[in-house]
Amino acid sequence: MQKLQLLQNQFNPTSDDIFFHIVQAPPDPIFGIANAYKADTSSTKIDLGVGAYRTDEEKPYVFEIIKKLEKEIVNDPTLNKEYLPIEGLADFNKGCQKLMFGQNSPLIASGQIVTAQCLGGTGALRVGFEFVKRHIPGDVYVSKPTWSNHNQVIERAGLNQFEYPYFEPKTKGFNCAGTIECLSQARMGSIVLLHVCAHNPTGVDPTEAEWLQIADVCKKRRLVPFFDCAYQGFASGCIEKDVFAVRKFAELGFQMIVAQSFSKNMGLYNERVGAVHIVTSNKDISARVLSNLKIVIRTICSNPPAIGARIAAKILTDEKNFNAWVEELKTVTGRIIKMRTLLKQELDNLKVPGNWDHITRQTGFFTFTGLTPEQCDLLTKQYHVYLLRSGRMSMAGITSKNVRYLAESIKAVVQNK
Amino acid sequence: MHCLKVIRNFSLWSSVPLGSLDPMSGIVAQFNADNCPQKVNLGVNTYRDNNGNPVVLESVIKAMQIIREKNLDNEYPPIEGLQSFIDAAIKLGYGDKYYEKNSKNIAGCQVLSGTGAIRLGFELLNKFVPPETKVLVPIPTQTLHPTIAKMAGLQSQEYRYFDPTTRQVDFQGLFQDLYTAPNGSIVLFHACSHNPTGCDLELHQWEQLLDLTKKKDLLPFFDMTYQGFTSGDMDKDAYAIRLFTEAGMPIILGQSFDQNMGLSGQRIGCLSLVCSNEKEREIVNSQLNLIARSLWSCPPVHGARIAETVLNNPKIYQLWLKEVRLMAQRIQNMRYSFTKALKELGSPHDWSYLSKQFGLYSLTGIGQLQINELMEKYHIYLLENGGISIAGLNDNNIKYVAMAFHEVTKNTQI
Repeated sequence: MQKLQLLQNQFNPTSDDIFFHIVQAPPDPIFGIANAYKADTSSTKIDLGVGAYRTDEEKPYVFEIIKKLEKEIVNDPTLNKEYLPIEGLADFNKGCQKLMFGQNSPLIASGQIVTAQCLGGTGALRVGFEFVKRHIPGDVYVSKPTWSNHNQVIERAGLNQFEYPYFEPKTKGFNCAGTIECLSQARMGSIVLLHVCAHNPTGVDPTEAEWLQIADVCKKRRLVPFFDCAYQGFASGCIEKDVFAVRKFAELGFQMIVAQSFSKNMGLYNERVGAVHIVTSNKDISARVLSNLKIVIRTICSNPPAIGARIAAKILTDEKNFNAWVEELKTVTGRIIKMRTLLKQELDNLKVPGNWDHITRQTGFFTFTGLTPEQCDLLTKQYHVYLLRSGRMSMAGITSKNVRYLAESIKAVVQNK
Repeated sequence: MHCLKVIRNFSLWSSVPLGSLDPMSGIVAQFNADNCPQKVNLGVNTYRDNNGNPVVLESVIKAMQIIREKNLDNEYPPIEGLQSFIDAAIKLGYGDKYYEKNSKNIAGCQVLSGTGAIRLGFELLNKFVPPETKVLVPIPTQTLHPTIAKMAGLQSQEYRYFDPTTRQVDFQGLFQDLYTAPNGSIVLFHACSHNPTGCDLELHQWEQLLDLTKKKDLLPFFDMTYQGFTSGDMDKDAYAIRLFTEAGMPIILGQSFDQNMGLSGQRIGCLSLVCSNEKEREIVNSQLNLIARSLWSCPPVHGARIAETVLNNPKIYQLWLKEVRLMAQRIQNMRYSFTKALKELGSPHDWSYLSKQFGLYSLTGIGQLQINELMEKYHIYLLENGGISIAGLNDNNIKYVAMAFHEVTKNTQI
């Protein structure tokens, strides 16, 4: 973290103005764009900034199954309205384990997975990294590029971070050789932050064979895998396939950390539903790990919020609800995939210069378009299309009605020299 | 691809020691496992009604009905949470009069209850105060405070608060310790219903502390978890906040709605800081957002929508004030009744301090042997420190509990 610049008046305890020296923090790159979009009065504006799903009518979407279950929970007089345990709702935690590691994972039966409910994906990451800092401190390797908030969370947890060259701009694909080379130079015991699927912001994932290569170098260098899973269900369309990497690493005997978010795949963005899993070698150690994990959680929020976890638990532990959820998720992810196809078609039809294959090759919410920051600025200022300056575009914000305008706008900025 | 061999003799986590247990969790487990029908839980951490049940307030139910009809979505709120909640919470905490004049100078952020307020507040302070600045915390205080300070990178130092012999505030000791503390220290004050002692400062004592705060440029950080629960009156309970802010002191305030709205499971709180002007408020807000983004990205919305509806709907607000008054009154009644029952049983000890204390908790001063006897023989569960939660008492069990207390203490010193 850069040292804070103090203004000419340093913190002066005798001054009335104790906050005078505090400097303005920059707006969050992602939330900042959401705010700018909200403030824009143009009728053609398109929000491709924050990773939040939109329907073809550009409306936010609440899963039908979520609506139904929330009603049930809110109207249930028998439900305890009180504090959850520090580690969260037991049913929810169990359900998360099964979804991530597999219904019949031997690690669940053997008590080797320590799970705690957290405040969305961010909460799970922060708890995981605070735990790392306290108990297995090491350098953290993050993909270049990665989700902008990763760097902040790791820094606030007091850990050093380095980058591994994840994205290859020439192929717009995963740079496997570069990643392996970088990780093979990492100090033993370093932590590697890996996106389980639907990499954010690139949409590019390693193949199964490439995952085995990553596992190999992690074993050789005793690197600790820290998986971030925010998009289970959004990559291949199959929820089991999407967590191949976690399940494979577990099978290979890795002790590791997994951060799991239900913001996107259950549309529970605002109720902060997530979990952190720590895989240990035996259940006695699990007990010690849990007790320390609880201290980390206790000092952030004491215990997590109940409603989101209750809804998620009802989905994860009931077959009927689960199937209903999977079906709806398929519809949601299907629409995103359709928009990818439509956008590519429009770009091809308009003969926009450049190769746009990556739009349909990349998976999940986002596409790393390859547009430069200047092109992105122009896209926003002149055409009211909001995306990140890195060129990351949320495909979930594209609709059948705005895709042509989007393609035309992209053409205009690409051709603008 | 060759098969990778599993190496299981290496445990990544083997050096992780057992973390210290939450003082509450052991008791809850034992209580739950106890089959005795007469068992009493005096370690409850939320309000209970006269039937021993947790309460869902009618005002909350009405608010939830209104919210349901709005058919709202589940989109991400801003990093700072619901502005309508933040504004309403600040108004409640600082009072209408101060809010009218100064709302533009008050930076605020929705947080995860009282704990979240302290954590976010301490992280902000750690970023900007000189490295040697300490947080002064009362002895005793809610167990978390010093640990959160440490997690946020701040050192803490204790100040005397409770005199176990008089069972009142040791004001002389308190004043002395604040007087000798370094200038510019952060001081954590419990606004009302001190946890775990139930001993609050009197008005003239707050006035003296205001004076001392000015002289030593102390930065007051108020933890207000029980607004309304103490006297039954929101303004009266926030007296210290009113006093300090009206005197022009910049304060930090952490508010929780766990108890006074019965929303403990939804984690609703607000952190606010009094700034010099609107520009500064903008700056402080930007820093709060930066820190909150890496803690939780944005806070949960469900409870904030409820709280905001309760606070902003005039009819529901009045109903809520009434309900809080009733809860506070029941607690006060239980304190009087318990003291009276013990006196009538002929207890050799003076239990009157219990009636002079406020809020959910009191420290009984009874020893470990007595605590164990209460548990094993009478199935009455106290907190580890001998503290009791008054909310665990009701008309059905108060005579039994008084009898048990009398039996275990009549031949001992406490």
